[in-house]
Amino acid sequence: MLESRIENVDRAEAAAEEVARAAGFDVDEQHHIAMAVREITVNAITHGNQLDAAKKVHLDFSISPAGLIIEVRDEGRGFDASKLPDPLAPDNLLRQSGRGIFLARAFMDELDLKNLRHGLEVRMAKRKRR
Amino acid sequence: MIKMTSRRVDGVTILDIGGRITLGEGSTQLRDSIRQLLAAGEKRILVNLGEVSYIDSSGLGELVSAFTAVRAEGGELKLLNLTRKVHDLLQITKLYTVFDVHDDETSAIASFAAA
Repeated sequence: MLESRIENVDRAEAAAEEVARAAGFDVDEQHHIAMAVREITVNAITHGNQLDAAKKVHLDFSISPAGLIIEVRDEGRGFDASKLPDPLAPDNLLRQSGRGIFLARAFMDELDLKNLRHGLEVRMAKRKRR
Repeated sequence: MIKMTSRRVDGVTILDIGGRITLGEGSTQLRDSIRQLLAAGEKRILVNLGEVSYIDSSGLGELVSAFTAVRAEGGELKLLNLTRKVHDLLQITKLYTVFDVHDDETSAIASFAAA
């Protein structure tokens, strides 16, 4: 569980890299997993919890023989994923922001957003290559 | 941590960057450097990312912002020496189609002169 401070983004990223290493992913996969967690944690802290230090970001890792499941949950007001602009659309290419979830989705095998009663839960999965 | 130094070669300002360009300090330093260069009238900027180990979406956004800021002033911002990780990020986000990317400093500088 992390307080909603920007410094904690680095902690979440480092924890994800460590777990990915322990789960047996290679260096590139560790980097991708850590970056996905970084991007989603940034969103949880800044957009979800709006940098409110009283609100936490909950980070759960589950290692299985099949791979790794990561859940990141904030305590914010949720989010309408259908309103996410496509960062690859020509009109959006030069936007400064809006690539975080896109990158996390690109780096993980699965990424699902779920609005809870109090907050947003992002569930990500990375499968081990056979 | 980010390291940033600038030098001038044949009328082109080369910004040598090392470390991580991420949310917070790294992105802010890049933004400030570009602003300072533009304020000093430097409009031909080559950003050398050869020693950049990591860029997150915030850092990518800052590069895009730098690109548009320089262009708005009638200048050009190009990229030099992408690491594999940064190259992959630009490919995934299609930003490779936006930036003029070079892997040789001499030809990169010449490309400004030819423009």
